[in-house]
Amino acid sequence: MNSKGASTSGGDGTRDSSAPRRNSKKPKYSKFTQQELPACKPILTPAWIITSFALVGLVFVPIGLASLSASEQVVEIVDRYDIDCIPEQFQKNQLAYIQNSETNKTCTRNLIVPKKMNSPVYVYYQLDNFYQNHRRYVKSRSDKQLRSTAYEQVTDSCKPEDKANGSAIVPCGLIAWSLFNDTYKFSLDSKVLEVNKKNIAWKSDQDHKFGSDVYPKNFQSGELIGGAKLNASIPLSEQEDLIVWMRTAALPTFRKLYGKIEVDLELNDKITVVIQNNYNTYGFGGKKKLVLSTTTWIGGKNDFLGVAYLTVGGMCLFLAICFVLLYVFKPRTLGDPSYLSWNRNAAGHPS
Amino acid sequence: MMKRFVYINDDSSQDSYCDNRISNRKYTLLNFLPKNLWEQFSRFMNQYFLLIACLQLWSLITPVNPASTWGPLIFIFAVSATKEAWDDYNRYLSDKQANEKEVWVVKEGIRKHIQAQDIRVGSIVWLRENDEVPCDLVLIGTSEPQGICYVETAALDGETDLKTRVIPSACIGLAPEQLHKIKGVIECPNPDKDIRRFDANMRLFPPFIDNDLCPLTINNTLLQSCYLRNTEWACGVAVYTGNETKLGMSRGVPEPKLTAVDAMIDKLTGAIFLFQIVVVIVLGFSGNIWKDTEARKQWYVKYPDEGPWYELLIIPLRFELLCSIMIPISIKVSLDLVKSLYAKFIDWDEEMYDNDTNTPSHAANTAISEDLGQVEYILTDKTGTLTENRMIFRRCCISGIVYGNESGDALKDVELLNAVAKNVPDVLRFLTVMTICNTVIPIRSNSGAISYKAQSQDEDALVNAAARLHMVLISKNGNTIGVNFNGSVIQYEILDVLEFTSDRKRMSVVVRDCQNEKILLLSKGADEAIFPCAYPGQQIRTFVDAVEQYAQLGLRTLCLGWRELKDDEYEEWSHMFKEASTALFDREWKLAEVCQRLEHDLEILGVTAIEDRLQDGVPETIETLRKAGINFWMLTGDKQNTAIQIALLCNFISSEPKGQLLFINGKSEDEVVRSLERVLLTMRITSSEPKDLAFVVDGWALEVILKQYREAFTELAILSRTAICCRVTPSQKAQLVELLKSCDYRTLAIGDGGNDVRMIQQADIGVGISGREGLQAARAADYSIGKFRFLKRLILVHGRYSYNRTAFLSQYSFYKSLVICFIQILFSLFSGVSGSSLFNSVSLMAYNVFYTSIPVLTSVLDKDLTEKTVMQHPQILFYCQAGRLLNPSTFAGWFGRSLYHALVVFLISIHAYAGEKCEMEELSMVALSGCIWLQAFVVTLEMNSFTILQHLAIWGNFVAFYVINCIVSTIPSAGMYTIMFRLCKQPSYWITMVLIAAVGMGPVLAIKYFRYTYRSSAINILQQAERSRGIIFSMGTLESQLKSVEKDVASLSITQPKNRNPVYEPLLLSDSPTPTRRSIGSSTFDFFQPAQSRLSTSYSRNCKNN
Repeated sequence: MNSKGASTSGGDGTRDSSAPRRNSKKPKYSKFTQQELPACKPILTPAWIITSFALVGLVFVPIGLASLSASEQVVEIVDRYDIDCIPEQFQKNQLAYIQNSETNKTCTRNLIVPKKMNSPVYVYYQLDNFYQNHRRYVKSRSDKQLRSTAYEQVTDSCKPEDKANGSAIVPCGLIAWSLFNDTYKFSLDSKVLEVNKKNIAWKSDQDHKFGSDVYPKNFQSGELIGGAKLNASIPLSEQEDLIVWMRTAALPTFRKLYGKIEVDLELNDKITVVIQNNYNTYGFGGKKKLVLSTTTWIGGKNDFLGVAYLTVGGMCLFLAICFVLLYVFKPRTLGDPSYLSWNRNAAGHPS
Repeated sequence: MMKRFVYINDDSSQDSYCDNRISNRKYTLLNFLPKNLWEQFSRFMNQYFLLIACLQLWSLITPVNPASTWGPLIFIFAVSATKEAWDDYNRYLSDKQANEKEVWVVKEGIRKHIQAQDIRVGSIVWLRENDEVPCDLVLIGTSEPQGICYVETAALDGETDLKTRVIPSACIGLAPEQLHKIKGVIECPNPDKDIRRFDANMRLFPPFIDNDLCPLTINNTLLQSCYLRNTEWACGVAVYTGNETKLGMSRGVPEPKLTAVDAMIDKLTGAIFLFQIVVVIVLGFSGNIWKDTEARKQWYVKYPDEGPWYELLIIPLRFELLCSIMIPISIKVSLDLVKSLYAKFIDWDEEMYDNDTNTPSHAANTAISEDLGQVEYILTDKTGTLTENRMIFRRCCISGIVYGNESGDALKDVELLNAVAKNVPDVLRFLTVMTICNTVIPIRSNSGAISYKAQSQDEDALVNAAARLHMVLISKNGNTIGVNFNGSVIQYEILDVLEFTSDRKRMSVVVRDCQNEKILLLSKGADEAIFPCAYPGQQIRTFVDAVEQYAQLGLRTLCLGWRELKDDEYEEWSHMFKEASTALFDREWKLAEVCQRLEHDLEILGVTAIEDRLQDGVPETIETLRKAGINFWMLTGDKQNTAIQIALLCNFISSEPKGQLLFINGKSEDEVVRSLERVLLTMRITSSEPKDLAFVVDGWALEVILKQYREAFTELAILSRTAICCRVTPSQKAQLVELLKSCDYRTLAIGDGGNDVRMIQQADIGVGISGREGLQAARAADYSIGKFRFLKRLILVHGRYSYNRTAFLSQYSFYKSLVICFIQILFSLFSGVSGSSLFNSVSLMAYNVFYTSIPVLTSVLDKDLTEKTVMQHPQILFYCQAGRLLNPSTFAGWFGRSLYHALVVFLISIHAYAGEKCEMEELSMVALSGCIWLQAFVVTLEMNSFTILQHLAIWGNFVAFYVINCIVSTIPSAGMYTIMFRLCKQPSYWITMVLIAAVGMGPVLAIKYFRYTYRSSAINILQQAERSRGIIFSMGTLESQLKSVEKDVASLSITQPKNRNPVYEPLLLSDSPTPTRRSIGSSTFDFFQPAQSRLSTSYSRNCKNN
C-alpha cells in the first residue's frame, strides 16, 4: 500500500511521470488529515488494573474511616412529636384537632443531651412524606415578584394561589402559602435557651432573590389558610423562615433550619421544648420531627458516605486480590497471535 | 411512440415546445419555506422532535423551558435549510449564467445575437470554436469542407477525447449564406435521456436539393453542454431545448443510500421509542393513581376537585416530555458531522492519491462510509479495474505465421519487419485493416507530429502498432482516409461504417481504394464473431490455435478479415443499409441484420494479441480482502478463458488442487439447468472442505438462470465465495448486484467504464475508478479512486474505522441521553409521580447539546488498531461485517450501563445529600456533575487511542463544565445562583463525586478487564500484540523502519522490470514469489469497440428492462 511506489507504470513510457506537476491535486499533508496525530494507546494490562484497583482501595478506606468518624462525632437529637403532641381525646381524629383553630396546640417535650454538643447547635424541623418537589407545588412561585415590587403583578405561575379577593398575593404561590408554622421554645433547667433565628437563610437569597422592598401583601387572606402568616411590616428579605422554606427540598423527607443555639450543651442536660404544634401533616400521613444537631467538616450526621467508601474500598481491594490470584494461577500471554480465531481454525476465515 | 416535428427556421409557426430556459432549481423564492420544511418533516425523527417541541409550549405539562427543545430544533432546521438554500442559489446563478449567455441565432434570415434562453425549437444556432452548445442541435453546417466538426463531450459523459460529428448528407455542400435560408422538417422522437441514440429523419424543403428522407443519428447532433473544438464554426437546428434536452432529461437525483449502520440506528431508535411509550404509559397511569389516592390528601398541593376534561392526559404527557430526551436530538447532527469528516479523511488521504493520473480519492457520497467496513461481496469489473486498460500490441498471427512469440513483442520481431519491408501482400492487408478499420481520429499538431484520439484503447493500440510498422494513418477528413505507407500516401474513401455493437461483437468498414477503385470490406472482431464468416474452405485451424494460445497467455485477441466487394453487390446492399439506417424504430436491430448480409465469406487475415497489464498491487489487494472475509465476484464482458486467466493471475481463484472451477454452461436451457444443479450439488458437498471453489457462468447461461432458476442460483450465490461471470451485459451486472442485495448482503461494485454505471448505482456502495475510459463510472459512484489497490485501504482503514467510530458514537449518544432520562424517571418516583424535572432547562440542554456531545465527537480520531496491524490481519474486518460492534445486544449493554449509571448517580446523590442538604438546586447540580464525571470516564474507557485532541476534548470539557457552571452561578437571575460555589466549597461534594465515579466505573472496568484478558476478542489480542511489540521497539520507530523497508522494496520492484525490459516476458507466473509487476494481457472484446456503441446497447437494454 505504498502509493509512492507506483509513480511509474506501463511499458510504453510515453508519459514523463517525473515532470513537475504544478497543479497537483495531491492532498496536502498534515498529521491531522492523515489521521496520524501522535496518540497514546493505554491498554488494560494486569499491572495497570491491579494497581489502580489496589490504589483506589487503599485511598478509599481511609477516606471512608475519616468520613465515618466525622459523622460519628456529630451529636444529633431527633424527636418525633407529631403524634405525641395530640391530646388523648383527639388521637382518633387528628385532622379535626389540627384544623380547629380553637384547640390548644401547645405541647411540651423533654430532650436529654446524649453527649456534649458544642455550639453552634443547629435546630431543624424535619418533615417526612411532604412532597415539596411535587410538580404542582414546586412551580407555584414567582421569583420575579419576590425580587422586586415592580413585578408585584407577575403571578401567572403561582396558580392556584395567585390572587385573593381580586388582587395579587405577595408572596404568591403554594410554597409560600404552605409555610411551616410550628414554633419551638427551648429552655434548659427552666432557663430560656436563646435560639438565634438570624442568618439561617442563604445570604445570597436575602441579597438577591428576596427584595428588601417587597412586603407581604394580601397574604393568607383567602378562604383557606395554609400555613404561617407573615408580618406585613417586615420585608421579604428579612423573613428568613420564608426564605428557608422557599428553598424547596428535592426529596419528600427533608430538614430545614429553624435556628441556632449558640451555647454548648452538656451531657445529660435536660432540654424542655415548648412546641406550638400548628402545622398540618396529619391529613397526608406526614411526620414532624424536631432535630438538634452539631456539624463537622462533612456536614450533619450521615453515615452513608463513610460506609459507602469503606464498602467500595473493600471491594476494590478484594477485586485487586482476585485479579492477582487469577494472574498467578491462570496467566495469559497478552497479544499471543495463536489466540486469534483465524489462526486457530485453519479454515482461513472466522466463523 | 410520440414524435415531434421540428420545422427548421420557421419563425411563423408557434410550436408548443418549451423555450431554452434551463432550470435546475428545486425551489422558488415563494415555495422555499413550505417545501423545504415539508421535506425535512417527512422524516420521522423530525416529526417526533416537532411534536415534542409543540407539546412543550403547553406550560401546564412542560417540565422545562420550551426553549431547551426549540433552540436546538430550530438550529438543526436552520442549518439544513440554509445548506439547501445555498445550493439552490448556486444552481440559480449557474442557470442564470447559462440562460443569459449570448448566442448567434438566425432570425428572419439574419444572424442575431440573442440570449440563450430565447432559443426556440427550430431556430438555427451558430457556434464558434470553443463555444458551449446551448441546446440539443442537429448539425447542418460547419466550417470544414468535409462537413465534420469535433466536439468534447466531457460534461455529458466524462469522456475527454474529441468526437467527430458530421452533417447529414442532405446538407453537404451548402454555402453559409444558404444556411440562413434553409427550410425543412426534422422528424424526431420525443425528448429522452439516451445520450447515445438519436433516431430521426430530416427532409429539406425545395429549393434545397432533394426532398429525400435523410437519416439522422447521434453523430449528426451537437448535444447541450458539449464544446465545439478544432472547428472554426458550426451551425445547427435546435431540436430539444431547455430542460427537454438529453442532458436535462438525464438529470435526476439518485436515490439516497441508507447504510446498514443507519438502518440499525433507526431500528434502535424505534425500539427506544417503544420503550419510551411503555414508560410513559406506566408512569402516566401510576401518576394518575397516585394523584387520586395520595395527592388529594395533600392539602398543600391544592388539587381542584373537578379537573378539566383532559386531566387524565396531563401526567402522561408530562412524562412523555420528560422522556423525550431518550431520543437524543444531537445524534443526527453528530452523525452528519462525523460522517462528513470520514469522507474528508478519504479525500485527504495521501496514500490513496494516484500519482500517475494526479487523482486524489474522492468520497462523493458522504453518508455511507460505515458501509465500507461492512462489505461482504465485491463485484468487480475486469478491464480497467483489475487491469490497467493500457493496451499494447504484443503478438500477431498473419496467415499462419506467428510473430512475436520469442521476444514477446511482435514490433521487434525481425521476421515481421522483414515481411513488411518485402511487401508481403498478406501482411500489408493485415496492416491495412489495423489502420483503417476503426474510429480513430488522427490529429496533427503544429509541429507535424500525429497523435490519435481513440475511444477504444484496443483500436489505439492497433493503429499505433501499425504506425510503428510504417503504415501510418495520417488524416481522416470526412470520408477520406489518408495512409502513409513507406513514404507513399494511399487514399481510401469510406463508404460505410458497420458499427460495433455488443451483440454483433465485430465492426466493419466498407472503403474504396482510390488507387484501383476496388471496394473492400474490412472487418475485425472477436474470434467467435469473425471465424464463422470465413469463406468456405479457408483453413482457419492455425488461427484458432493462435487465439487459444494467446488467450492462455491472458492476451486480448482480435481477428481481422477482409473481402473484396463487387460494385453491384455493394450497390444493392448499400440501398438496404440506407433504409435500415433511416428506420425510426428498432434501428439497431435492423442495421445488425443488414450488416450480417455483407459480412460473410471473409478471408481471415490474422489474429492480433494485445496485452493489458494487471494494475499494481491487484493480487495483493484481492488476497488481503479475501482474507478479510470479503467474497469476490468478477463480472466481465470478456470471454471465459481470458477471465479465468486474469482471475488466476490476481489471486482471484486458486489453481488446482487448492481450488476448483465449476462451470455452468450448456447449449440448451436444459443443459444449463443440469449443469447448474450439478454445480450446486458439488458446492453443497464440498462447502465444508477448505477448498476454494468458484463457479464460472457466462452471459447466456446467466440469462436463462436469472429468468427461471433464480432460487437455485441464489443458493449457489450464498454458498460460493467466488464467481466469474463472463460475457455479461451491463444490465446483467446490475441484476447480479440486485440478487446479492436481496439475500441481505452488503455489496460493493467497482468498475471504471460506462458499462459499470448501472452496477455501481445499484450496489450498496459504488466505487468508480477514474480510469482511461472516462469519468462516467467515477461520477456515478459513491467513491472514486485512482487505482484498484486503493480499495484495500478504503475498506480496511476508512471503512473499518468509520464503522467502529459510528458504532461507538451512536450508542454512546443513546446511552448518555438514557442516563439523564433514567435519573428523571427515578426522581419522579420520589416526587409523587407528578412529572417534575430534577434538572433545569439550561442544564438539560447543555448536557445534551454540549457537555456530552463535544468529547465524543473526538472519536472520529479514535483508532483501535494501527493501520498496519489491520492490513496485516485483515480478518479483523469480520467484526465490522458481522456488525459485532453495533447490534441489539451491544446496545442492550449500553442500555444496561445507562440504567446502572443512573441508579448510581441518583442513589448516591440522594443519600449523600439527604436531610438538611437536600435542597433542590443543589441536589440537581450534584446529580448533573455526577453524570458529567461518569461521562468523562466512560468516554475515556471506551476510547482506544488518545491524541492531544481527545485529551483536550474530554478533560477540557470536564473543566469547561465547572467553569461554565461557576459563571452561570454568578448570575443572580439564573436558577442556580451561587449553587456551584457552594458545592465546590463542600468536601462532601467532592467525596460524593469520587464515590459516584468509583462505583459507576469500577464494575465496568473490572468486567472490561476480565473480558479483555480472559475472553479477549481478536481486536483485543491484536491491541495487546501491538503493545508487546512496542515494548521491544518503540512503536513509532518500528513503523518508520518498516515504512522505509517498504519503500526500498517498492522502488526495487519498479526499477527491476525496467532494467530487464526488452526480454521481459509477461508469462503466467501464478505462483511467482514477487508478483508485483506481472503484466498480462487478455483476449477480450469488451473494450475493443467504441465506448459509445457499447453503451447504446446497455441503454437500450435498460429501457427495455424498465
